[in-house]
Amino acid sequence: MTELLSDYLPIVIFVGLSGVIGLALLVAPFIIAIKRPDPEKVSAYECGFDAFDDARMKFDVRFYLVAILFIIFDLEVAFLFPWAVAFRDVGWFGFWSMMIFLAVLTIGFVYEWRKGALEWD
Amino acid sequence: MTLPLFFFYIFSAICIASALMVIASRNPVHSVLFLILAFVNAAGIFMLAGAEFLALILIVVYVGAVAVLFLFVVMMLDVDFAELGKGMLQYMPIAIVVGIIFGLELLMVAGSWFITPEVAGGSVLPIDAGVENTRALGQVIYTRYVYLFEAAGIVLLVAMIGAIVLTLRHKPGVRRQDIATQVGRRPKDAVEVVKVESGKGI
Repeated sequence: MTELLSDYLPIVIFVGLSGVIGLALLVAPFIIAIKRPDPEKVSAYECGFDAFDDARMKFDVRFYLVAILFIIFDLEVAFLFPWAVAFRDVGWFGFWSMMIFLAVLTIGFVYEWRKGALEWD
Repeated sequence: MTLPLFFFYIFSAICIASALMVIASRNPVHSVLFLILAFVNAAGIFMLAGAEFLALILIVVYVGAVAVLFLFVVMMLDVDFAELGKGMLQYMPIAIVVGIIFGLELLMVAGSWFITPEVAGGSVLPIDAGVENTRALGQVIYTRYVYLFEAAGIVLLVAMIGAIVLTLRHKPGVRRQDIATQVGRRPKDAVEVVKVESGKGI
């Protein structure tokens, strides 16, 4: 257990270090940069303009469809990982149980293809 | 205090705090971002428990995909939040009932753990110390828990078909590419040679 966790110590150090660097770059300008705000300096000018309205708007539900189909195949692949690692241990039974699983999802894939869910319009 | 214990307290504290922020923050986009933080910290706790594979799958699937989907949904809702706050009291009774049910379930889980630990731990499979986590999972998912595994496949199938049935609307009159018809088109179908007499149009 401790051995497993000590393998992840470099990742913790990496995350900590990147957090420190990110925070330093975020905070340092507030402290050391010269700030003399002026109504004309902080207002939008030249290419900039004030926002017309809220950025949140209705967008096409097809994005959602693409995302959910992606997640389903993502999960399918997630199931393939332990199967591949334990392939020698699970034997023919494990092999065929995965084949049935893949066949069930292939039914869905064929349905999706035939319905044209993979095409945009 | 040992290092794993220290990290356990850090992860669980951030996890609980960000879970609180999920329901407390006014902007739903911030809620989703706090949810991502909670997922990452839960992955850290999984990792501390030795469930390496689950921790990384949590990152890949939940943080990478499900949270993005939540963001999609939140952006797509286009709700007026001031309007939404008004109906709050109206839904309060349902919220209280759901909350009580969840609380009771949590109490039952915790209670069974305290009163009869041997029953609560009865369904736990022993793991060989020499076998790494992913392999230990693979050894039981596809053989011992094969019915649950196939049920998971069927749930995924239902989700796929449900998403297609609910959201797929084809625009009428869109001309798609059909390679076979395009290649199989012959000059006879497309070109017509017309004899035009001089001085007259067609």
